[in-house]
Amino acid sequence: MYSLVSGPLIWTACIVFIGGMTYQLVSMLKSAKKDKVVYPYMSFKYGLRSLLHWLVPFASKNMRARYETTIVAFAFHICLFLVPIFLTAHVVMFAFAWGPKWGTLSEGAADWLTVLVILAAAFFLVRRWMLPEVRFVTSRSDYILLAVVAAPFVTGFVAHHQWFDYETMMIIHVISGAVMLMAIPFTRLSHMLFFVFTRTYMGSEFGAVRNAKDW
Amino acid sequence: MGLPAHIMPPLPVVSDPGLDENAKNLTQDRIVEVINRVIDWETAARFRVYLNTCVHCGLCSDACHWFLSNDRDPRFSPVGKVKQTLWEILKRKGRVEPDFVKECSRIAHTECNGCRKCSMYCPFGVDIAYLLFVVRRICYELGIVPQFLQDTVNSHSATMNQMWVKQDEWIDTLQWQEDESREEVTTARIPLDKEGADVFYSVIAPEPKILAQLIGNMAQIMAIARIDWTMPSFDGWDNSNLAMFAGDFEVMGRVERAHHEAALRLKAKRIVMGECGHAFRGAVYDGPRWLGWRQPPVPVIHAVEFYHELITSGRIKIARKFEEPVTVQEPCNIVRGRGLGIKLREVIQAMCADFRPPPDPQFEHNYCCGAGGGVINCGPPWKTSRVKGNSVKAEQLAATKAHIVITPCHNCHSGIEDIIGGYKLGMHVKFLCEILMQVMEIPDELKAS
Repeated sequence: MYSLVSGPLIWTACIVFIGGMTYQLVSMLKSAKKDKVVYPYMSFKYGLRSLLHWLVPFASKNMRARYETTIVAFAFHICLFLVPIFLTAHVVMFAFAWGPKWGTLSEGAADWLTVLVILAAAFFLVRRWMLPEVRFVTSRSDYILLAVVAAPFVTGFVAHHQWFDYETMMIIHVISGAVMLMAIPFTRLSHMLFFVFTRTYMGSEFGAVRNAKDW
Repeated sequence: MGLPAHIMPPLPVVSDPGLDENAKNLTQDRIVEVINRVIDWETAARFRVYLNTCVHCGLCSDACHWFLSNDRDPRFSPVGKVKQTLWEILKRKGRVEPDFVKECSRIAHTECNGCRKCSMYCPFGVDIAYLLFVVRRICYELGIVPQFLQDTVNSHSATMNQMWVKQDEWIDTLQWQEDESREEVTTARIPLDKEGADVFYSVIAPEPKILAQLIGNMAQIMAIARIDWTMPSFDGWDNSNLAMFAGDFEVMGRVERAHHEAALRLKAKRIVMGECGHAFRGAVYDGPRWLGWRQPPVPVIHAVEFYHELITSGRIKIARKFEEPVTVQEPCNIVRGRGLGIKLREVIQAMCADFRPPPDPQFEHNYCCGAGGGVINCGPPWKTSRVKGNSVKAEQLAATKAHIVITPCHNCHSGIEDIIGGYKLGMHVKFLCEILMQVMEIPDELKAS
C-alpha cells in the first residue's frame, strides 16, 4: 500500500495538478479574448502596482481594517508553501526521486510552522461560524475545502511525531496531500492561480483606465 | 451549523408593476432559455473566473453602505447579494421561478448601486458590481425592471433622452436660458450647432426639464471664461444613460453613439459634460465598451475637471469665497471612477472659505450616495429602502457639521437630499456651478446694467 501511494499516486497527483492548472490557465486566457475589455485594458504597470499593494501586508485599506484576518491569512499562506517545499523529508524524497535538492527547515521550525497552519485553519473555521456575513455565504464545500487543505498538515504532523501507527499515518498523509493537489485546479483553491489575474485586471481597470487606486 | 442563526427579519415587500405584473408573463422555459443565453453568449472569462475564485471570505462586506446601514445584515453584503442571485441561478442551471427573478431584480436593480467599492475591499479584486450587472441584464432580458427605471429607458429609446423632451422644447429651453443669462452677463450665448468649437457641452435630460437654471449658469460661465463652445439642437444632447443601468445595453449603445456622433458631426474638439457621474461613466466606459471602442472618439471631460481648468488657468477668477461651511459628497463615478477626488477638493477650496472634509472613508473609498446606479431612478416605491440603506452616509455628513453638501453629480444631489430629509440633518445640497455662480468674478465690461 505504501509503495502504491508513494509512487503512482504521487505521480498522478502531480500530473493532475500541473495538467489541471495548465488547462485552467489556457482556458482562461482563451476565454478572456471573448471578454472584450480584458486584453485591451490590461496594463503591466498598473496591474503590478495593484498586485503589490495586495501582496504586502497592510498595504491596502481593508487589510489594515481587518488586521486580524490579514495577519492570519498571510501566516497561513506563507507557511502553506514554506513547509511542504522546505521540509527535510520532502526535500530528501524529491532529491532521491528526481535529483535536485535545496535548503531545508530545521525540525523545530517545521513543527512550529505546521502548527501555525493548523491554528490558522482553525481561525478560518471559527471565523466562518462567528461572522454572520461569512456564515451566510458558507456551505458544505467551504468546510470540505478547509479540511482538504488542513489534512496534509495535521496528518503530516501526527505522522512525524509518531502518535499513531507510523505507516498508516504516512499513507493517510500522502493520500491527503494528493487529494489536495488534485483538488486545486478544479475547485476554489484555484484562486492560487487566478487571483493574480483578477487582481492585475482590476488594478489595470482602476489604474490605467480610471486613473484611480483600487486598494 | 451548530450556532444560532443570525436573525434576518423579512424585508418589507415593495410592490412595483415592473416586477409584479411582468413576472406574470414569465414561463419556466423562457427563463431557462434567456438565462443560459445571457451567460453563454454575453459573459466570458471574467464571469466564470470571478465566481470560481471567490473563496466566500466575506471581506467585501465592510465596503458596502447597504450592508453597514442595514445593521450588517448579510443579505446586503456584496457576496450575499451574489449568493442570493447568481449562485442560485447557476446551481439550478437557470431553472428558477418568476418570483425568484423578481427577487433578483429587487436585489440587483434596487439594492446595489454598482459603486464598485467592494472591488477595492476584495483581496482578489473580484468585480462584484459587474456580476450584479449581469443579473440586471438577465432581469431586463426577461422584462423584469422596476417600472420607473423602465420608463426612462423607454424615453431614451423613443426620444434619445431620458425625460421625453421633444426637440422644440429643448431648443425653447436653451433660448429661454440664454435670455435669462444675458440679464447677468451681456455676452452670454448658447451657440447652437456651431461647427469646430473647442467645447461641445452636453447635459442630462432632467436639466432642461426641471433644472434649466443650470444651463443658464453654464452660459454665463462660458461667456466669462471666453470658451468657444456649442450645444446641439438635435438628438445626442442628452448624455445621461439609464438604459445602462436597466440592463438594456442595446439602447445604451444607441444613446451613447448618438451622443458621440453629435459631437463628431459638429467637429468639436472635446465634450464637456455637466455635473453628472453616471453620464460620465456611460460616455467614457460602458458605452464605448459596448460599441467596441477602447475609448471615446472625442475626449470627454467632466465638469469638475473643466472647472479646475477654468480656475487654475485664471479664465474664471474668484471674487469672494463662499462663507458657509461646506462639505462634499464624492461621486463614485468620477472619484472612484475617474480619480478626480483631488481636483474636486482643489476646486472647492478655491471657492469656499470653510471646507470640512468628510470623515473617513474619503476619496476613492467614499461611500456611495445610495442613489446612483439607477437606484433612485427606480422611483418612489423604492425610496424607503434606499434611504434606509445609507445611514452611514448620514452619519458621515452629520459629523462634518457643515450647512451645505456639495454634490457634483445629479444622482448624488437628489440622493443626498433624500438622506438629509430622511435623517433630518438640516443641510442643503448644491452643485459646484451653483457655488461658482456666487463666487466668480464677472468682469465689469460683461456685467449687464
